[in-house]
Amino acid sequence: MSLLHMVNKSPFATTSLKSCVGHARAGDAILLLEDGVYGAISGTGAADILAGLGGDIPVFVLQPDLAARGLAEAELAPGLTMTDYNGFVDLATIHHATQSWL
Amino acid sequence: MSDDAGMAETGGVVKKFLYVNRKAPYGTIYALEALEVVLIGAAFDQNVSLAFLDDGVFQLTKGQDTAGIGMKNFSPAYRALGDYDVTRFYVERESLEERGLKPDDLMDITYEDEDDDWEEKPSIQLVDRATLARIMAENDVILSF
Repeated sequence: MSLLHMVNKSPFATTSLKSCVGHARAGDAILLLEDGVYGAISGTGAADILAGLGGDIPVFVLQPDLAARGLAEAELAPGLTMTDYNGFVDLATIHHATQSWL
Repeated sequence: MSDDAGMAETGGVVKKFLYVNRKAPYGTIYALEALEVVLIGAAFDQNVSLAFLDDGVFQLTKGQDTAGIGMKNFSPAYRALGDYDVTRFYVERESLEERGLKPDDLMDITYEDEDDDWEEKPSIQLVDRATLARIMAENDVILSF
């Protein structure tokens, strides 16, 4: 039983990312999408929050949302995995349920 | 309603639904919409639980009085949910503490347990963050508000 956690709000505006990280468990995955992708920028408080995750919780970033916001991959915190809409669907299918941190 | 997945009285598979409440009640429409959807789920004989965390814990405070803001006070509706077999309100202890709230600051929400001679029991269960994370993972469907 594992969850796909989805964060679609900027970590600089809400506590969604912090709450998500506080509830994710080993075997779960996190997907940053929409304004949630601002959490992928390196050298920020958001990066510190993600750094607190164990390696057994992968963090994915939806690339089209990054591109839309002009965030090049080079600016991103280490350890994140880019994905696209097909990858998004795959993530949704390999976990038994999803939780949206609105 | 049984805790086990099985067949509803009307036929079909019963799934475990968790409604996750993370917003305060009146600043946005999320809390009221969640309440409406909870009632719909209950009407379809599904296994329903509610989680209250982050600002969602503010939905359950005692003494809400909306007379001055021209909005409906929907907090009494939570106390009626027991009649619809919605009897599990998981409230995250850390979220209460972070906001300076104590369990006594929350409404008394109860249900009558049909399996225990209709004894009145509290619906609210205080759980810590790790327990709530486990409860989330145990549900088939999570609806987030």
